[in-house]
Amino acid sequence: MENETSAIALEARDLTKIYRMGTVEVRALRGVDVELREGELVVLLGPSGSGKSTLLNILGGLDTPSSGTVIFRGRELALDSERALNLYRRNHVGFVFQFYNLIPSLTARENVSLVTEIARDPMPPPEALAMVGLAERMDHFPAQLSGGEQQRVAIARAIAKRPDLLLCDEPTGALDSKTGILVLDAILRINRELGTTTALITHNAVIAEIANRVLYFADGRIVETRRNAVQRAPAELAW
Amino acid sequence: MLAIALVIASGAALLIMALTTIESLEETTSAYYERTRFADIFARAKRAPDSLGRDIAEIPGVRLAETRIVEGAILDMPGFAEPVVAQLISLPERGPQLLNALVIRSGRLVEPSRPNEVVVSEPFADAHRLRPGDSFDAVLRGSKRRLLVVGTALSPEFVYAIAPGGLMPDDERFGVMWMGRDALAAAFDLESSFNSVTLSLLPDADPKEVIQRIDALLGPFGGVGAYARADQTSNWFLESEIAQQKNMSRILPTIFLAVAAFLTNMVMARLIETERREIGLMKAFGYGNLAIGWHYAKMVLAIGTIGVLIGSVLGAWLGHWNTELYTQFYRFPFLLYRPGPAGFVIAGSVSLAAALAGSLAAVRRAVRLPPAEAMLPPSPPIYRRTWASRTALAGALDEPSRMILRRIVRWPMRAFLASLGLAMSISVLIMALQWVDAIDSLVETVFERGQHQDATVAFNDLQPLDTVGSFENLPGVLAAEPYRYVSAHISHGHHVQRQGIIGVPHGAILSPVFDNERGRIEVPPDGLVLSRKLAELLEVATGDTVTVEVLEGRQPQAELPVAQIFDTYIGKPAYMDMDALNRMAGDGRVVSGLHVSVDAPSRTALLTKLKDIPNIASILFRQAAIDTFYKTMGETIFIFIGFFVAFSMTLSVGVTYNSIRIALSERARELATLRVLGFSRWEISYILLGEVGILTWISIPIGAVLGFSLAWYMTSAFETELYRVPLVLRHATYGKAALIALAAALTCAAIVRRRLDRLDLIAVLKTRE
Repeated sequence: MENETSAIALEARDLTKIYRMGTVEVRALRGVDVELREGELVVLLGPSGSGKSTLLNILGGLDTPSSGTVIFRGRELALDSERALNLYRRNHVGFVFQFYNLIPSLTARENVSLVTEIARDPMPPPEALAMVGLAERMDHFPAQLSGGEQQRVAIARAIAKRPDLLLCDEPTGALDSKTGILVLDAILRINRELGTTTALITHNAVIAEIANRVLYFADGRIVETRRNAVQRAPAELAW
Repeated sequence: MLAIALVIASGAALLIMALTTIESLEETTSAYYERTRFADIFARAKRAPDSLGRDIAEIPGVRLAETRIVEGAILDMPGFAEPVVAQLISLPERGPQLLNALVIRSGRLVEPSRPNEVVVSEPFADAHRLRPGDSFDAVLRGSKRRLLVVGTALSPEFVYAIAPGGLMPDDERFGVMWMGRDALAAAFDLESSFNSVTLSLLPDADPKEVIQRIDALLGPFGGVGAYARADQTSNWFLESEIAQQKNMSRILPTIFLAVAAFLTNMVMARLIETERREIGLMKAFGYGNLAIGWHYAKMVLAIGTIGVLIGSVLGAWLGHWNTELYTQFYRFPFLLYRPGPAGFVIAGSVSLAAALAGSLAAVRRAVRLPPAEAMLPPSPPIYRRTWASRTALAGALDEPSRMILRRIVRWPMRAFLASLGLAMSISVLIMALQWVDAIDSLVETVFERGQHQDATVAFNDLQPLDTVGSFENLPGVLAAEPYRYVSAHISHGHHVQRQGIIGVPHGAILSPVFDNERGRIEVPPDGLVLSRKLAELLEVATGDTVTVEVLEGRQPQAELPVAQIFDTYIGKPAYMDMDALNRMAGDGRVVSGLHVSVDAPSRTALLTKLKDIPNIASILFRQAAIDTFYKTMGETIFIFIGFFVAFSMTLSVGVTYNSIRIALSERARELATLRVLGFSRWEISYILLGEVGILTWISIPIGAVLGFSLAWYMTSAFETELYRVPLVLRHATYGKAALIALAAALTCAAIVRRRLDRLDLIAVLKTRE
């Protein structure tokens, strides 16, 4: 889907992030430059604490950097405006987390509707659920679904609003490999069929095989960028 | 936690206030009565020879008997336009008073040789700024005298001093004064005689028997029936006030403590939920269930103790304040406010028990978990689609509203109890605000719709009917309407009531018999018209026959039919046609007094004239009665309303605050997720506060029903023979209560909502619940 000539969807320039934990200063990001092209699937790989989640949170408007800029489709994000970040998340970003964060009191379909109700151009919730292979289980509550199913509901919820960016933080972290593959399949399908620019965090190097591009993180920096010549299908992976 | 402590404190404070007020009033009353030798039995006569006093003293069971003269007078107080009614009581010429001893507050007692000296009651002296050495004019049986104040005093007979026929103490228009016996006897032509006797009894004497003997002795001398201390006006008011306090001490603290128990339960349940892991760990280390239970019990006890401590301080202060408030109307020479430990111990243990009982279930749940299970996170709540989810209405809901409703449906008991707590706060408000409606309605019915006279004049002795004409000729009198009054015993079967009968002329307009609902009632030419209260006490219905024993004049007896029963808020009166009453009493065409309506511009001229007319025993002004009523109510009831409003706010704040805090702690993760999905702060505030909002709306109708029941209970508990507070609840009162409760809920919500701004989105998402 993606090629090197497609437009830049999102870019970050010279991002730093310093946390203060008690008296200790933690430098989570030490000057990161990154760009995501339209329709690209990028995997962020690295040990825990290397700064990949911090970067993803900043790119998704969940957190603000200590310095640096984030440019979405040529316009700089107003990082100091709570309201602007909220609108950015609402209209352009879909998130998937390790712990699915579904609303337990709503069924699968209702969890998706939650987002489509406030989105500008959503797809019908059944369609989103069908894309992740859950058309049959729409009226189940989270407590009635397996972990993999719950994560796929979370993906359906993230993509139902047709986001420009899909940000996934360890989406398979809590799943066994068989279930994890189903989840990755769903993500890949979205990336291909909808052309959603996707960034995916993992510390599982095998998963990096499905990406167009892999960013290696260590110690708050991107230490290496690798382009996969061949994107492998999740079904071919094993871990 | 503080919110719970405050609700417990409110309950404890109310309980302590009520208990210590009761204790203090009872202790003060009994000490005062004992020190001043307050009599056990009181009797009046027209004129009895002194020798009869010795016969009375010899009745078996009598410890002491003291005869005296009690008369009425009209005073002309300097700088006060209206004539003032005074009750004059004789002091023994030699030696101290045997019974009902005065407590001199300033100056001295009268000296035997100086007939114009008086001691005046302290409240009256205060109202008119009288000091020993001052003097004023008085009309004693038609002759004007100048009386010299030599002292001020308080008497156990007039702790609550109301004029004959009055409803509330009016210290400006009614005063009690004491004169030398000889001086009073000379003024009222009662030498070597008495017209009042008071007695104290030996401990094992039977008051009923003594009363019968006194009535037999005094009957021929115009006795109007002796009565025991319980029926003595001042004491009766005091006792019923104490009884009302006892009532209050039962119901209101119960409400607060029930809500406190619920809140403790709610908060402890949540706390224990969050500390599951620690509980599991402690059990894994070998701590027993009892040890863990005790750990949480200590926590509840700590909160409860803080509540009780705040409540004790507040309650002791309120109790003292409340008791002092009483002393404005109930005049004691001293006040014993020495709250014993009892009140505090009761309030403390009741409050702590309520808090512990509230947390019991939560603690029991905590210790029942096997350690391995306890160390795991709790399994997520299981929701189910109910039939309601499938309705068309449910389909129209947006997801945030669905989240709110599903939570309520998932924990219906918790939602119901929270609503009930809020409803209780609304009901306390309604009950408090209802008093305003009730008092307005009472005044409107009794004084505005029921009566049209401006003043009521009572004569010392019966006057011929043509007095009416001479009154009508006075300046400013527009109309005069006579009435007749006789003291009587009305009996039916074994029920006997000492109740005077009022004779009303045919076609009465100024002061007719007035039914609360039906309005003016024409009195039939024969038979009695009884108030419902009296009919209940006598157990009679319309058509029954009662025996009337007139206690004056020739003391005739008659069997009379009950012609009608009517409803009134005040007293337990009985009415008859005036001519029929006069025929029965056999006194000819006479009147006891007049109701007059007055032309406003000539009022002052009339008042001046009235001060000089002989033979007037008392004058009551309708407007003054209304004013005093409101003034007295303003000083007591409205203050109480104020603090009930404050207390009920504590209730609703306690419930609202805790509900929202718990919802926030349970849903922080959900709310953060929604923020991540792009919901704004206001949108997630809706989800957080919507639940409490719905519970508040639900609580309003429940509160209205509870409030009505509580108001009903309070009015029936406060029902006495003297007055009944009508159960009137205006729509506006429900509205006001609901608005106050909503305001409290909104304020709380606004405060807790601010925490949403500090919601840590990332931390929440990084952790598994």
